[in-house]
Amino acid sequence: MTKYVIKRVIAAILTLWALVTIVFFLSRLMPGEPFTNPKLTPQVIENMNKYYGFDKPLIVQYFQYMGNLLHGNFGYSMKYTNKTVNYIIGQTFPFSADLGIRALTLAISFGLVLGILAARKRGTKIDFFCVLIAIIGTSIPDFIMGALLQYFFGIKWGLLPVALYKGFKYTILPATALAFYTLASVSRIMRASMLEVTSQDYIKTARSKGLSEARITIRHQIRNAIMPVMTILGPTVAAVLTGTFVIEAIFAIPGMGKYYVESVNNNDYSMILGMTMFYGIFLVTANLIVDILYGVADPRVRIGKK
Amino acid sequence: MDNLSKDMFVIKGKSIEKMESISRPSLSFWQDAWRRLRKNRAAFVGLCIIIFYVILAIFAPMLSKYGFSTMDAANQHAAPSLQHWFGTDATGRDQWVRTWMGARVSLSIGLFSATINMCVGAVLGGLCGFYGGKLDMIMMRIVDILYGIPSLIITILVMMVLGKGVAPLIVAMCVVGWIGTCRFVRGEVYRLKEQDFVMAAKVLGVSDFVIIVKHIIPNIVGMLVTNLCMAIPGAIFQEAFLSYIGLGIAPPRCSWGILAKEGIAYLRVHPHEVAIPAAIICTTMLALNLLGDGLRDAVDPKLRGTE
Repeated sequence: MTKYVIKRVIAAILTLWALVTIVFFLSRLMPGEPFTNPKLTPQVIENMNKYYGFDKPLIVQYFQYMGNLLHGNFGYSMKYTNKTVNYIIGQTFPFSADLGIRALTLAISFGLVLGILAARKRGTKIDFFCVLIAIIGTSIPDFIMGALLQYFFGIKWGLLPVALYKGFKYTILPATALAFYTLASVSRIMRASMLEVTSQDYIKTARSKGLSEARITIRHQIRNAIMPVMTILGPTVAAVLTGTFVIEAIFAIPGMGKYYVESVNNNDYSMILGMTMFYGIFLVTANLIVDILYGVADPRVRIGKK
Repeated sequence: MDNLSKDMFVIKGKSIEKMESISRPSLSFWQDAWRRLRKNRAAFVGLCIIIFYVILAIFAPMLSKYGFSTMDAANQHAAPSLQHWFGTDATGRDQWVRTWMGARVSLSIGLFSATINMCVGAVLGGLCGFYGGKLDMIMMRIVDILYGIPSLIITILVMMVLGKGVAPLIVAMCVVGWIGTCRFVRGEVYRLKEQDFVMAAKVLGVSDFVIIVKHIIPNIVGMLVTNLCMAIPGAIFQEAFLSYIGLGIAPPRCSWGILAKEGIAYLRVHPHEVAIPAAIICTTMLALNLLGDGLRDAVDPKLRGTE
């Protein structure tokens, strides 16, 4: 087990290194330059380029950047010239993460309950209702969902604040909008895999042993059926926690999503790299945790033994 | 017993020919799938909606007297009426024509990018799963890295090389879009190649190529088609997202994503401008999801002959 984890951690670090290298050179290939303000004179731009080290050969810049990265330093933003990337991430990430955690809690708990209920009561009205929610959830794009929630709950009925992020009341609408798609896909996958598990021999064994229905569902069905859900949760958790541009833009939440999209549009190289690394670390860690949890949830997946 | 001979007996009501004959017409895999798909009412409705939208996308702009980019300053933000079935937008352009012009863009982006992704992913995933070893390991690492590259950067780079338009968008979505299919096909092939019928074919000396074409592909093609159906909504979503942040196709051309985005700005005063594109996007997604679900049931060999 320990050997497997060490191996996976080394692979994860190599993946991150390759990721940062590729994005470093790709971002320099993008058209345009970081300093485009028409008020800047050529002399100023030259000084700025010198200050950020753009006058040096690309390969030197690369090693400099990697050196800084090893110290955990993402450098200065080129758009917000007096702020470091670390500072911007530190300012915006708490909002994105807060919203993301709320949305994930909502999505995973409701998604699992709906999926399990639908599978237990297959063919009834409850099942129909759960499937309906799942299909609606995967059929509405997030910006339409966000706008609809805002219009009805915020403007028409005036129940909840339309935008900003200043307390529990403000979190309800964006978290719901963000959670809906994940909720739908979790419940859909959970329902399918519960149904598949139900016809397995060990469930029949458990039933003939005389276990109660509740015990069979909790101890045997759910534990086996939850694996496919975990697989999709790895990338989803990383994406949701690091901010979503659309939801944050609609509800005016000061999260990371906006900076990510803006940095790409502004050729803000250090921001692009910093944000990508930050997201990459989340993604790799989430996938790693999911793989290790596989072993915990399913004794058949014996990690480390070949 | 001696006086009983064979010619004293006559077989009544049974004949060898009858016993051996096939009483029902034999159905091929796809005939069977089609039969079951037609029985699934939700999936069939989904299929009809898609066909209906495709027909409208092809013919509606041709038959209308309005052009999709013709402005009409006297008729801004008109509500739906007999002249303008879906109303007009901020510059007086007819929304009915624009909706179906947008359908051409959105549907073709969805269909083409999903199909290309499926083909590339299936070939690469198949190779990885079938041959395994070093090739597989290297490919999987590449997949891990590609997964982490922001799709925005790739989209912008592709747009820089190819310009704005439908084709560059499709290319941009295909650069990393095949990863999901690749993973899925790899897993399936990995499972299939250990099964007895592949072993039997190998023992009989069948070449790898024939094994892949005749034994492995028929076993995954059903699931691939289902995946395709589920991938099209994903591609349409992504196009809508790119349009939403201003990276889609260049005006005056439009897509469903652009129409919805433009409509959201007038949500409070002219709700129909967002309601109509939103409703059409949602029904398309709904139809494709229902069709995908139905296809999955229809091609699942475990459900064969259960009805």
